Amino acid sequence: MTQPLWEVFVRPRRGLAHTHVGSLHAPDAELALRNARDLYTRRQEGVSLWVVPATAITASSPDEKDSFFDPAADKVYRHPTFYDVPEGAGHI
Amino acid sequence: MYGNDFAEAGGAGCCESTAGGTLLEQVEAAERELRSASERRVSGDNRLQGYFDAVIEADQKIEPRDWMPEEYRRGLIRQIAQHAHSEIIGMQPEGNWISRAPSLKRKAILLAKVQDEAGHGLYLYAAAETLGISREELVGMLLNGRQKYSSIFNYPTLTWADVGAVGWLVDGAAIVNQVPLCRCSYGPYARAMIRICKEESFHQRQGYEILYTLAQGTDSQKAMAQDAINRWWYPSLAMFGPPDSDSTHSERSMAWKIKRFSNDGLRQRFVDMCVQQASVLGLELPDPELRWNAERGHYDYTEPDYDELMQVIKGNGPCNRQRMEHRRRAHEEGAWVREAAAAYAAKRAARVPEVAA
Ligand SMILES: [Fe+2]
Ligand SMILES: [Fe+2]
Repeated sequence: MTQPLWEVFVRPRRGLAHTHVGSLHAPDAELALRNARDLYTRRQEGVSLWVVPATAITASSPDEKDSFFDPAADKVYRHPTFYDVPEGAGHI
Repeated sequence: MYGNDFAEAGGAGCCESTAGGTLLEQVEAAERELRSASERRVSGDNRLQGYFDAVIEADQKIEPRDWMPEEYRRGLIRQIAQHAHSEIIGMQPEGNWISRAPSLKRKAILLAKVQDEAGHGLYLYAAAETLGISREELVGMLLNGRQKYSSIFNYPTLTWADVGAVGWLVDGAAIVNQVPLCRCSYGPYARAMIRICKEESFHQRQGYEILYTLAQGTDSQKAMAQDAINRWWYPSLAMFGPPDSDSTHSERSMAWKIKRFSNDGLRQRFVDMCVQQASVLGLELPDPELRWNAERGHYDYTEPDYDELMQVIKGNGPCNRQRMEHRRRAHEEGAWVREAAAAYAAKRAARVPEVAA
């Protein structure tokens, strides 16, 4: 009897985003949350927890490196460092 | 074998210490390296093997959906699984003393430690599962004896002082083995190890504190502490596996940056640490040959009995049968809880159709 896999995300402190910390098995969302608390926040590592069924996650590619992200590579003009700021221009 | 792949143990001499400093500083250094390596650009080789090699070469991490050689995958599954089994079985020797801890404070500490070990087992099972094996298969291989766990947990905890000796020596040896694994090339394993090592430092310290307290106590308390060290010293040395001269096929494990130091190198590092710590306790390590070797810059010591290690691994240690019987019984007796939880989840899912999973 296989229990579904859940991915666990923790918000470490107010003002920070939830971060993936690991996964666990549980029969339902409620138990997944309780197990996640006992497994991943035994030392006050978080102020908020998300559990997500692993099957609900759609991943970008079968491979961690992929042409999926290539279009961003030749668009250096999206970064502020691309531009020359003339001498004397402040607050820019 | 505790964080040490037995089948591939051993290898070329090494032993410069990875990074100096306390345990936590070493773990943090590994974490920083993980981040800085991830910013390096990996050369654009598009062949599968070529890309895998380039990632390893750049000290970056292999992630679950990356292509990897089948041997890398299989070797890692075995090593991580054996490591997980060790954490799970490792709860028993100390669990033995929870109900008899000498004070409420010690009882609370011991409960927290044993609970951590359960957590370590679960982080590691989850890391192994990312390599494409199911939890049921992993647990099954422990229960049917196809996979091993660390030999050290087949020794009994006879007195309260053993809880101290286990924390100081067994968790101490585990830490020496595990800190280099924080730099392992497989991402989920490295991340689990970073988390585990941060928790381990409390384990070692609480054991050391127990022994220190006993050593400051009455003569018989001090004798009890000494007796526990006498019994746990050599089995702890054996935790690093057979000597380098007896081990083969670790080269690949080194090349793949799974294993980074040889068994003897890690064992030496452990001995060097313990000598000073024992002197602070005012207790002795049970080795008349133990002495500083200025030429080597290390302590000379007596090797553990490797025939005994092999016997314990084969199942003939003092507690092998008891440990496995206990684990199997706990698994069987927990079946109704797993079944009830699944039945409840299925019933609720049927009633509230929009709640998926
Ligand atoms: Fe542990
Ligand atoms: Fe531990």
